[in-house]
Amino acid sequence: MRRNHPVIIAISYLTIAFLYLPLAGVAVFSVNAARRGLVWKGFSLKWYLKLFENEWILEAAWNTLLLAVISTIIATILGTILAIAMDRFPWRSRTSNFLDIILHIPVVIPDIILAASLVVAFGLLRLASSLFEPGLLNMIIGHITFQIAFVALVVRSRLVAIGREVEEAARDLFATNWYLLRKVILPLLMPGIIAGAMLAFTLSLDDFVISFFTAGPESQTLPLFIFAAVRRGVTPQIHALSTLIMLVTVVLVVLTERLTRHR
Amino acid sequence: MNQNQNFTTDKGLTAKHICKYFGEVKALDDVTLNVAPGEFFTLLGPSGCGKTTLLRIIAGLELADSGQIFTGGKDITRLPAIKRQVNTVFQSYALFPHLTVYENVAFGLRSRKFHDAEIKKRVNRRLEMLDLSSMAQRHPHQLSGGQKQRVALARALVNEPDVLLLDEPMSALDARLRAQVQEDLRRLQRKLGRTFILVTHDQAEALVCSDRLAVMRQGRIVQCGTPEEVYDDPRDSFVAKFLGAANLIPCTKAPGGVQTAFGFLALEKDPSWQEGTVAIRPEWIGIGDKEPERNGIRARVTEIVYRGSNFDLWLEPGPLRVRTSSYRRIDPGREVWLELAPKELVILEDEAR
Repeated sequence: MRRNHPVIIAISYLTIAFLYLPLAGVAVFSVNAARRGLVWKGFSLKWYLKLFENEWILEAAWNTLLLAVISTIIATILGTILAIAMDRFPWRSRTSNFLDIILHIPVVIPDIILAASLVVAFGLLRLASSLFEPGLLNMIIGHITFQIAFVALVVRSRLVAIGREVEEAARDLFATNWYLLRKVILPLLMPGIIAGAMLAFTLSLDDFVISFFTAGPESQTLPLFIFAAVRRGVTPQIHALSTLIMLVTVVLVVLTERLTRHR
Repeated sequence: MNQNQNFTTDKGLTAKHICKYFGEVKALDDVTLNVAPGEFFTLLGPSGCGKTTLLRIIAGLELADSGQIFTGGKDITRLPAIKRQVNTVFQSYALFPHLTVYENVAFGLRSRKFHDAEIKKRVNRRLEMLDLSSMAQRHPHQLSGGQKQRVALARALVNEPDVLLLDEPMSALDARLRAQVQEDLRRLQRKLGRTFILVTHDQAEALVCSDRLAVMRQGRIVQCGTPEEVYDDPRDSFVAKFLGAANLIPCTKAPGGVQTAFGFLALEKDPSWQEGTVAIRPEWIGIGDKEPERNGIRARVTEIVYRGSNFDLWLEPGPLRVRTSSYRRIDPGREVWLELAPKELVILEDEAR
């Protein structure tokens, strides 16, 4: 095997350190017995235990999960339908390009802009119904708006990879639209749908900006809780909470990888 | 449904005045076609000649802009693919990658809600016929190219279509396998007695497989007939060159024949043009040491090409290509007599431009 130049090796290690040292630091201090400061006072899991006694945190965790699950399910269904429609409907090429741009905007636009526009939108909707008071419903809608684009992009790239010939083969073999969707398109699309859903789920789990602008007093999520807590000073409990969220994210990423690699 | 494996279909196919545009491009230009029941018919032509478009229109995957399609006398022009008793073997086979071989073959029966027992009977019969029984539980990615092709064939045939369409089904196979599959396909079609329509750009494939063939060019059928008819009597220089090798000799009309760059050649009939082309196949040219009675040309061998069962010679004047029928080796530089017998010379229709 070709040996790499020492500088390249050094840069690689530095990059990894740059990315992961802060995260590792958080994990280390989450098991430090010391209440404050950077002094190591022995291994302890007491901050983790305290987490589970804190009702605020448990409620925030429940809200986070509820928000992520509901918004992901809806965004995955809508995003998949959108991807199929964009790729398979015989759009004229100009319309198709236009749709393409529209789909990419929520991905590249700064979250803060999207959040601010949601505030305006919900403000208008509130004139029509009190349902749109800041709270979980607004957060779910807000999350769905940015998740859809990610799901649709992932699913569409899978659709392109599948190609149209198997669809034509299915039609040639007497498949109705519904049968074709159920027996050919969806099974072949499943790895893409799962990948898109996982991506949407992780995005929702750790979203702060959109949540911050749409949350109400009853709908605290973990990222919001951490933000509020850190302003009062970083405690080992927060380290423990952050470490747990990190672990969940890692598990999700590994799962996605596993589920979508085969086939 | 019919129980007899050696069922002979009474359904042929007729296409009348088919036109198809893609934007400004005329892909099919007034194509009329008659395929007899149980016939193996081939659409032959270079890429872009419209042959695949015609096939897709017959399959119902594309709609013609004008014209009509009939199978067994029934107008199917406006029927969608799922209502046509026509099935297709796709160029890349388009097997369903998530289904086993068995389920791939069963697809067309399941989608029409056949009973499991009937599906099992029919699928197993086709798998057996195409020597796939041992692979029933495999997935497409575990199969070789030849096996995939047979699965695609079984998947189409299990539906007992009136017409089976084959879109360049051998283009993904290597040359040796292709030659064998061509013969197998021919045998299969004879045994089933079904109407097959094959699309190909491979002239050898067309000659081996077809009862009749149509040579297509720029959205039109140039010539249609049995392989022998078309090979022996090509209508114009395009057909002569596309189907086999041919020496094309430009010439002008003269009493009793034509005048060429290497002298007068007698013909059996008079050409309709003043200036045009006559053609002769390399294997139809006689070669010898004595001057023949008629149409003899003194020529010098410039190059020889060994072809295993014979030699191809290139000669001047010409250049003329001659295919010897034996191993007789004639070294470059030698002078010989060529005989371009009048009955072997084909008068092509296209006039000189």
